[in-house]
Amino acid sequence: MNFYGMWAIYRFEMARWARTLFQSLVSPVISTTLYFVVFGAAIGSRIAHVEGVSYGAFLVPGLLMLSLLTQSVTNAAFGIYFPRFVGTIYEILSAPVSYLEVVLAYVGAAATKSIVLGLIILATASVFVPLKIAHPLAMAFFLVLTAFTFSLLGFIIGIWADNFEKLQIVPLLVITPLVFLGGSFYSVDMLPPFWQKVTLLNPVLYLISGFRWSFYEISDVPVGVSIAMIGVFLSVCLAIVWWMFRTGYRLKS
Amino acid sequence: MAPLIEIKNLAKTYGNGFTALKGVDLTIDKGEILALLGPNGAGKTTLISIVCGIVNATSGSVSVAGHDIVRDYRRTRGMIGLVPQELTTDAFETVWATASFSRGLFGLAPNPAHIEKVLKTLSLWDKKDSRIMTLSGGMKRRVLIAKALAHEPQILFLDEPTAGVDVSLRKDMWNTVRELRESGVTVILTTHYIEEAEEMADRVGVINNGEIIVVEEKAELMRKLGKKEVVLTLNKPLKSLPKALAGFDLTLTEDGSKLAYAYATTGKRTGITRLLDTLAAQNITFSDLDTVQSSLEDIFVSLVEDGR
Repeated sequence: MNFYGMWAIYRFEMARWARTLFQSLVSPVISTTLYFVVFGAAIGSRIAHVEGVSYGAFLVPGLLMLSLLTQSVTNAAFGIYFPRFVGTIYEILSAPVSYLEVVLAYVGAAATKSIVLGLIILATASVFVPLKIAHPLAMAFFLVLTAFTFSLLGFIIGIWADNFEKLQIVPLLVITPLVFLGGSFYSVDMLPPFWQKVTLLNPVLYLISGFRWSFYEISDVPVGVSIAMIGVFLSVCLAIVWWMFRTGYRLKS
Repeated sequence: MAPLIEIKNLAKTYGNGFTALKGVDLTIDKGEILALLGPNGAGKTTLISIVCGIVNATSGSVSVAGHDIVRDYRRTRGMIGLVPQELTTDAFETVWATASFSRGLFGLAPNPAHIEKVLKTLSLWDKKDSRIMTLSGGMKRRVLIAKALAHEPQILFLDEPTAGVDVSLRKDMWNTVRELRESGVTVILTTHYIEEAEEMADRVGVINNGEIIVVEEKAELMRKLGKKEVVLTLNKPLKSLPKALAGFDLTLTEDGSKLAYAYATTGKRTGITRLLDTLAAQNITFSDLDTVQSSLEDIFVSLVEDGR
């Protein structure tokens, strides 16, 4: 393994993050705070408890997932797209690093960023609502695995995209709606029976449900199903990345 | 001695059907400076890109120090430094950070002393904390060279290193390349500037339409293909060539004031003595005598045109 090579890419990505700290850290914290103020405090005070948990507290896992998913995807996508766009990718391609090492470094950096962000949002949330984490280890497991899986998805998008529009389109038009409709702000039980069935087709529902279970032991689907679903996502993403590198898709002509 | 780089029957056809290389064979010896000359689109960059691992070959093989570039890519890439043609640099990184990054990327432990040496050699030391985007084009070119040298490569590929670089910087760069060669680095450079190949290279390869037309020692190439001319400035202009001179390959300038005699440097007899004797017998006197040797540029142009 070329550890120095992986470390160089990882550090490069983290340095990029540090340079844009305001954009990548402060702005998600501010927007999460706004969610809490609006949905938690203002509207939430008029909403009854959901399965024994105050609405504000109920929101925390969903909001965390919202930031985690969008930030993982955008960060990782930009991280690999930008060197392709400006041409500095030549150095990565001509270096003695394997594809696995390249993926681990870029995806590892993107996942690190979103995990740090998640923890900051968690700390911010604890200011507004009484927070209880029933299964901290399970919570960490969901946090890390989700961050890693969606960073991998971002990496794929970053290689697939050949312009900035495509780079933005997936986070905006796919991830955000899926998270909103995946039970971030409500329990599936609150929906009419037909829409309950439809919601089950939304993969993000399983992530949020499992994640919420690790906080409050309440879930829309059994926690085992949630873990299995993350496993499926991860496998699909890994398979796509493997195929991309095998064929040199959009990296090597 | 086995060649350092051995390229065998290398071909590349891009996805859009464009064939950039048509079965190239080339060997490069350790410690030499090889210049690859060729017009735009000849396949120079494709050739370099395949050896460095940026482009996949369609067929053929490349080995570096006996290692296949696909199977043993870690070993071969670690030996090679590449300075690309385009000024592709990060904008926000500092010169120091980007050179250190390159060293790490190639799997080497940090070595600030080496980075310092490289930056000083390339006159970049006082810019080490500057962001790359604040540097001039010539400075950026040096940054790319510094990045390529950060991992102490044995082979350096310079893809048009002096394109868009001013004259004094070009001379600096030539000196740097010579110093590198003296330290044992093998250098392969592509260039449009014949002057550059003439100045720097030990061997010259001419590539056109994806094929290597010729690879020769520079001196040998110029000797084989070169022509010399003796130009005489006449005291009295001639209206036409006297009959006595008909047997010589002579050209008279329009105003009749200069007489040029072309001869091959490879011939045993140049015919110069006989020409001068004949001129003396005809009472044709001259006030000046110049000899002109055809440059690599003339040779290059004639090679490329023959290929069309």
